[in-house]
Amino acid sequence: MSSATSHRAVPAPQKLRESVKQKSALPWLTLPALFFFVVFAVLPLIGVLALSFANWDGIGAIGVAGMENWTSVLSDPELYNSLGLTFMIMIVSWLVQTPISLLLGVFTAGTQRYRAALAVLYFLPLLLSSAAVAIAYKALLDPNFGLAMGLGLPFLAQDWLGVPQLALGLIIFVIAWQFVPFHTLIYQGGVRQIPKSLYEAAQIDGAGTIKQFFHITLPQLKYTIITSSTLMVVGSLTYFDLIFVLTGGGPGNSTRILALDMYLRGFRANLMGPASVIAVILVVIGLALALFLQRLGGKDQQGSQLEGM
Amino acid sequence: MSTVLKSDSKPGTPASATSSIKAKQSLGTRIRRLNIPGGLGGWIWLAVIIIPVYYIVITSLKTSEGYFGQNPMALPTSPTLENYQLVLESNFSTYFMNSVIVTLGSVIPTVLIAFMAAFAIVRGHGRYLKFVNGVFLMGLAIPLQATIIPIYLMIIRLNLYDSLLAIMLPSIAFAIPLTVLILSNFIRDVPNELFESMRLDGCSEWQTMWRLALPLTKPAIVTVAIYNGLHVWNGFLLPLVLTQSPGLRVLPLGLWTFQGEFSVNIPAVLASVVLSTLPILVIYVLGRRQLVSGLTAGFSK
Repeated sequence: MSSATSHRAVPAPQKLRESVKQKSALPWLTLPALFFFVVFAVLPLIGVLALSFANWDGIGAIGVAGMENWTSVLSDPELYNSLGLTFMIMIVSWLVQTPISLLLGVFTAGTQRYRAALAVLYFLPLLLSSAAVAIAYKALLDPNFGLAMGLGLPFLAQDWLGVPQLALGLIIFVIAWQFVPFHTLIYQGGVRQIPKSLYEAAQIDGAGTIKQFFHITLPQLKYTIITSSTLMVVGSLTYFDLIFVLTGGGPGNSTRILALDMYLRGFRANLMGPASVIAVILVVIGLALALFLQRLGGKDQQGSQLEGM
Repeated sequence: MSTVLKSDSKPGTPASATSSIKAKQSLGTRIRRLNIPGGLGGWIWLAVIIIPVYYIVITSLKTSEGYFGQNPMALPTSPTLENYQLVLESNFSTYFMNSVIVTLGSVIPTVLIAFMAAFAIVRGHGRYLKFVNGVFLMGLAIPLQATIIPIYLMIIRLNLYDSLLAIMLPSIAFAIPLTVLILSNFIRDVPNELFESMRLDGCSEWQTMWRLALPLTKPAIVTVAIYNGLHVWNGFLLPLVLTQSPGLRVLPLGLWTFQGEFSVNIPAVLASVVLSTLPILVIYVLGRRQLVSGLTAGFSK
């Protein structure tokens, strides 16, 4: 450890010796966390790649499959349906959630008391599990005993879970309902960190609210937008619980996103090999998106931005 | 600046007269002007959030006659707790206890070992600690779902299938990266002089960690504990894949099966939704300030 420690710029030699002696125990402190993380996160990550080349029904022995799983999955139109749906939900969700969260974040960052109170209430959906949210929405959408009748809005009385387009729209809405509060919170924090002096200067220059928003607030929130978008986009790969309970992938395969496709292939059809192929694709997409979004933040900012997450 | 901003339509705000009130006023003007779209949006979103919550709560208090006979948004004419009684009598307490065990059994070890790692990463130097930090940062991008099949395989091989421990182990692993990140951000904010004075007093790093860093990062620890607790409490996939016995169901899984069994009794299903959220609501009310300030500090930098 001493050679590594000496990289640190320490002014006095005596201090160096002391710090070497004192801090040599520090690396040990990371071992328990590293152990858990490597065994139950990194190892499975390697394992999923290995399993994508294997034959396994989830119970019996594991055999070698070679490229078989990959060729069969890559030539399966179901994969492209799932990929398309996953990206569609990701993009539409981003387009819906980002402006709403940003505006609500700016709004709740204000100093008035009632805005803070609103922010407390916005947080409520985050307390519910996705399973609970999905179950509640099934009841809410009952055409006879749900919101449509209660609010006197007949257009809400649709067969939400029976028509593909409606089911997709519903999923995007429920996802927004559940996650906008979290991103609002992120933007609220971001807005509060913008130096007040920028707004004062803009006012002296005669810039109005809308100008201030587009020329100060938005640019200043650049990294907040990237953080929030990263969480949103990478998170959208994993809207498994909600869709599983709400639609189960249906009607037909119209809401069968990648994560659900993986689960159904693996744990319903007992084809762990092909399911692992889907899982590898999920990981690759997730990493690629995360890297891409970090790049948007600029190279020199990458490190500090990751730290800021 | 004004020339750059010229193209926009809205007329500018005149600079305030005296500089002493300028700061206050500038903030005030900013907020007052944003009130129109922001305020409208804010109240609309409140309705979007509150109407479903209101429906869930009032419906859970209705008798089945009330549910089928009344207007769905009307308050129950004869509120009843019989739905809650029904839910409590159908294994809910088992699911509840399982969720408590899994949540505490995941959150306490996570926070403890992540705190130690974060302390070492902030206080120590050298290639190894940099590498460990890099590993955890990379871990932020690993989706739990994608690793579920190998986790399932490992849990079977470890003879842990169909146990609560099976849910806890991966939960801990996947909570570590973000927990380390948030905690190390907070430990970094502890003034270096405090560490120096501990050192001069002859304290070891171990003592410094528990006596200085731990008390000073308490708000962050509460934040990550609640945040992780929320995730584990609401987790669905790990219990779904790694357990099987009805006696080992955690709440989200219990809700799901309950919904399957009682699909005709919507008030009872919604009572189970309310009951499963109640403990989290209590914790949120108690720890909200710390959770929110901690999360905004952790994510918005």
